[in-house]
Amino acid sequence: MVMDFEIGLFGRKRRIRAVDNVSLGIGRGEIYGLVGESGSGKSTIGRITLRLYKPTSGKVFFDGRDITNLSENRLRELRRKMQLIPQDPYSAINPAQTIGEALAEPLIVHEKMSRLEALEKAYKALEEVGLVPPDEFIKRRPYELSGGQLQRVVIARAMLLGPSYVVADEPTSNLDASIRASIIKLLLDFKNRYNLSMLFITHDIALISLIANRIGVLYLGQLVEEGPAEKVVSSPLHPYTKALLTATPLASEELEIEKIYLKGEIGDPSNPPKGCRLHPRCPFALEKCRSLEPPTINVGGNRFVKCWLYS
Amino acid sequence: MSTVLIVKDLWVKYFTSSGVINAVSGVSFSLSRGEMLAVVGESGSGKSTLGYALLNMVPKPGRIVKGEILLDGVNILKLSEEELRKIRGSKISIVFQDPFTTLDPLRKIRDQFMEFLMEHGIDKNNALKIAREYIEAVGLTERVLDSYPHQLSGGQKQRVSIAMAISLNPSVVVADEPTTALDVVVQKQIMDLISDIKRRYSSSFILITHDLALALERADSVMVMYGGYVMEMANKNELAKNMAHPYTKALFESLPRIKQRTLPKYLTGYPPDLRNPPPGCIFHPRCPFASEKCRIMKPELVEISKGHFVACHFAR
Amino acid sequence: MSFALILKNPYIASGLAIVLIFVAFALFADVIAPYSPIDAAGPPLQPPNKLFVMGTDNLGRDMFSRIVYGSRIVLMIVAMSISLSGFIGSILGLVSGYIGGVLDKVLSFVMDSIYAFPSLILAIALSVALGPSPVNAAIAIAVVYVPTYFRMLRGHVISIKNEGYIEMAKALGLPTTRIILRHILPHVLKTLMIVFSMNSADAILTEAGLSFIGLTVQPPTPDWGFDLYKGRGFVLAGAWWLMAFPGLCITLLAFGFALISEGVSRIVGVRLR
Repeated sequence: MVMDFEIGLFGRKRRIRAVDNVSLGIGRGEIYGLVGESGSGKSTIGRITLRLYKPTSGKVFFDGRDITNLSENRLRELRRKMQLIPQDPYSAINPAQTIGEALAEPLIVHEKMSRLEALEKAYKALEEVGLVPPDEFIKRRPYELSGGQLQRVVIARAMLLGPSYVVADEPTSNLDASIRASIIKLLLDFKNRYNLSMLFITHDIALISLIANRIGVLYLGQLVEEGPAEKVVSSPLHPYTKALLTATPLASEELEIEKIYLKGEIGDPSNPPKGCRLHPRCPFALEKCRSLEPPTINVGGNRFVKCWLYS
Repeated sequence: MSTVLIVKDLWVKYFTSSGVINAVSGVSFSLSRGEMLAVVGESGSGKSTLGYALLNMVPKPGRIVKGEILLDGVNILKLSEEELRKIRGSKISIVFQDPFTTLDPLRKIRDQFMEFLMEHGIDKNNALKIAREYIEAVGLTERVLDSYPHQLSGGQKQRVSIAMAISLNPSVVVADEPTTALDVVVQKQIMDLISDIKRRYSSSFILITHDLALALERADSVMVMYGGYVMEMANKNELAKNMAHPYTKALFESLPRIKQRTLPKYLTGYPPDLRNPPPGCIFHPRCPFASEKCRIMKPELVEISKGHFVACHFAR
Repeated sequence: MSFALILKNPYIASGLAIVLIFVAFALFADVIAPYSPIDAAGPPLQPPNKLFVMGTDNLGRDMFSRIVYGSRIVLMIVAMSISLSGFIGSILGLVSGYIGGVLDKVLSFVMDSIYAFPSLILAIALSVALGPSPVNAAIAIAVVYVPTYFRMLRGHVISIKNEGYIEMAKALGLPTTRIILRHILPHVLKTLMIVFSMNSADAILTEAGLSFIGLTVQPPTPDWGFDLYKGRGFVLAGAWWLMAFPGLCITLLAFGFALISEGVSRIVGVRLR
């Protein structure tokens, strides 16, 4: 494995344990799908892997190197190799910049290119992501483009520096359903071309099952299930995974899984339930579940579940 | 089945400094008692504007320029501001995607709920009774009445919004993306609640959503909008079986299907510029079947089978 | 933002007109003033007449000439002080807001302490400590207003700091200096312009206050505030023009800047919407 994140980490300040003891590793050329709802801590994890946040405890390894405590200065060099595609393209680009300026900037800073050289590269980048003719877009401002177009610009910019690892944080959630697949396809094209490793964060378990090699299901800051994407979706183990699939329209009809309904809601990350965090909502909750946190159990086939039902 | 809402040839435009935006163009439909109509569309489809128009509260610089909206036989576009205020909430109500718009963060739920009821002429004692009744009807406990909005979760806030929206037994409830901001498990709970209310009180719902899967799962009839126009409209089962419009088909094919193991399909191109819409069929620039005729002539909404309307030159 | 648009705004146009008159006075004093401001030109305590449009003071000097030359001092002190405070306050505010942490806590504390003082009293105290002179007066006034810029810019930076594109800039590995100068400053510029223009109006009055006490210039240098002070003794004897004109000019100049600042906030405010 070229990239191995061993993150046993907790949340940031404010005493909210946004992420509780999560460990995950992503191999070269692998797509890891991190599935969770809002409040699950998935965005936090994504940013920790990019060292945009510093974990309260635990380590982050990038390319074999421990980057947990690197200074901002040392990190800046490394950042070329790890990029972020955020959810909202309109806040990812400075509204005061033109598209051309936004694309040229990382090149000017990192590659020390002149403005002219950088703009030339910017033209090529726009073509690569299908924004043609590039002249049409270079001088525009972000708000003049549609969501789909702008997200392509964001992706183009991220790829300019030749990263080896990309975190895509709900990259299509704010976009129209009819074009989502085109953005996903773009990301996959880049991934294949450059053998990228990707952390794909989403709440849409149906979508991620079609893209990821491996899926991790996150609930209230903990990884409750992990395994090969196909297996996790066709034979889910954890009640929460089952509930997610049940609740996803169309998916529940297509798959032959046990239908699980959860009552209540996800609860407060700053005051999670004792024992198993799902117990107040879980139809299978045992006495044990209310007081003891279940361990992460290896059920074979590279699959893991954090649930007392499997001990 | 009595008809509670008839919309005839509705046109809504926004008059901005950069041009006139044709948000809703010639939309007509009817809604029966106890029916749920899903209005499905993506950005720029006009679905949200349509929602506001139904309560005659299109925000400036928008204006309803043509058409009729008959609610229980009364054209609400001809009512005075005073009369409108009376029917909003009591004859037709709206639930928003973001409950912050409906709920005042500074006041307890009970106070807001009761104030709303009293504004519509209910006396204090009855207001409290009604508030209690409907808070329970949406699956919440009385404790919620004593809380402030920030003490409630997203799902709870949305349930409160729904409770208030149905408390005066309106004929129509407009739900504008009511579950989009909620996680998928809670989404199911809220939609179950809405289905339950629809059954129990025979309320009619207009579900505005971008999610075709949700529409097909929950609604009785579906209306697909694009660029302000109606592309296709049919009963849910008929639509699921015989999708006729290329856009509807594209929307359906863009849904991730786990069993298929392949990426869903997608449309090329971008939503139309509503200030300067393309001639002919508004969908033609992105339509895989577009012909010369589509570029020049706007297709009429034609009934291709009972209750199934399509606006496409090639629908048969 | 086109210049035409800016000048069409009635507030800016009128404010600018007023201010420019005094700027013209300052720049072309030698040409505009009919007499020398420091030598006697006629009989003392003459009311305004054809020869001396604003009358003469107790030493027979032409008031109008003193006003014209006086604008030099006033404008110089004000220009110096707002440039100084603007520059220092803004940089400190930007850096403190963006970097945060201990630096921010310490600076905020210092700035809040300065801010808590009534501006005139603090200016007086500093002026006295530094010694009366136009430059020292400018410095004193500058110190008083640094917190205003600091707070405004810091507040703005903090609100922008969490915008997505700032995080993205970090993710792209852009250096902090660049982020502050290229991504934060342009957005903050609008606020800066408003503060700048409001500050100018205020600074005029503070300068007048200092010169009233004689902390800016030494006689016989012409200075509005000081003439105002001197005029006190003679007003009761009926020489109203000794106070009226300096007072009027102070008020007018401050008003001119206030109009400009009103215009600026309207233009910028409208565009922000």
